Amino acid sequence: MADEDGIELTPEQKRRRRARNIAIAAMLVALVGIFYLVTLVRLGGNIASRTM
Amino acid sequence: MALVDDRMSVSRAAEWTGGSASVGDYFELLKPRVMSLVIFTALTGMVMAPGGIHPVLGFVALLAIAVGAGASGALNMWYDADIDRIMSRTAKRPVPAGRIAAGEALQFGSVLSVLSVFVLGVAVNWVAAALLAFTIFFYVVVYTMGLKRRTPQNIVIGGAAGAFPPMIGWAAVTGTVSIESIVLFAIIFFWTPPHFWALALVKSDDYARAGVPMLPVVAGPETTRRQIVLYSLLLAPLATAPWLMGFAGLAYGVISIALGAVFLALAVKVWRVTEGPEARRAAMRLFVFSIGYLFTLFAVLLVEHLVVAAGLGA
Repeated sequence: MADEDGIELTPEQKRRRRARNIAIAAMLVALVGIFYLVTLVRLGGNIASRTM
Repeated sequence: MALVDDRMSVSRAAEWTGGSASVGDYFELLKPRVMSLVIFTALTGMVMAPGGIHPVLGFVALLAIAVGAGASGALNMWYDADIDRIMSRTAKRPVPAGRIAAGEALQFGSVLSVLSVFVLGVAVNWVAAALLAFTIFFYVVVYTMGLKRRTPQNIVIGGAAGAFPPMIGWAAVTGTVSIESIVLFAIIFFWTPPHFWALALVKSDDYARAGVPMLPVVAGPETTRRQIVLYSLLLAPLATAPWLMGFAGLAYGVISIALGAVFLALAVKVWRVTEGPEARRAAMRLFVFSIGYLFTLFAVLLVEHLVVAAGLGA
């Protein structure tokens, strides 16, 4: 039965899925980079101006 | 052994429509043209706000505001796919064209909405994040789900969603809402009705077919033309307020008066020329000019403040 066999993706669909996966990976890496930089900026400023 | 089988197991394969979208299709869901205006007006709000913001935090704030605006666009396309399919202007959008399933647009928009508000709150401040959350809620729930299909005042009230970005940009720097940012909000708010109604006059058949009660469809073109002039009469003097209130310079004052006069003249032409292709041309001319009008006003505000800041820094 076709439903049990699942769907065979066409080469074009596979190519697009790969492109979407790469885009999601790039977004996640960018998000990590953003949080890293924001942490440096916010924490760095507070350390620089702390009372000794 | 492959980690992921190329054959996808889905419970009802025959109903599965997703999986063929490109990255570009998802980008289109974010309404990039609207997003560019949002980035621009938010940046102007940030630059005009007193005090300063670290460039990294400023960049993150702009990114979050842009993604939040894009997310609300994706949710709008999810909800409006049925009427988008009917209108020629929107029929090629990814959801009505069948390139992205409605559920995928809903998930994409929801995830980006939460993420953008969270990032803005954590990285910048929670006042700006709350304003962004309210903007998304207002555009998706109040405008798209509530007003758009029910009242000809849809874009008047719904226009508030498009007017929030400079206020969010301002709040990202100051952590507050002040009279100056409310004036920037008001300029976009009163600009929206004449801008959209000029387009609706030309595309009223489209809206009528889709059952969207735009003003020309419900109240007729004559009322719409009168309303365009009335809103233009409010907008032109209001746009000079930043100069009159002292938070914009003389260059802005002169340009806002001159462009306001042109806006008003084009609106009066739309009101007076009611028949034939000339009436259509007049409406389209006002629509196109209105985009340049808003862009120029905010560009002048931005450049003026950058020049003043550079002068103080030198």
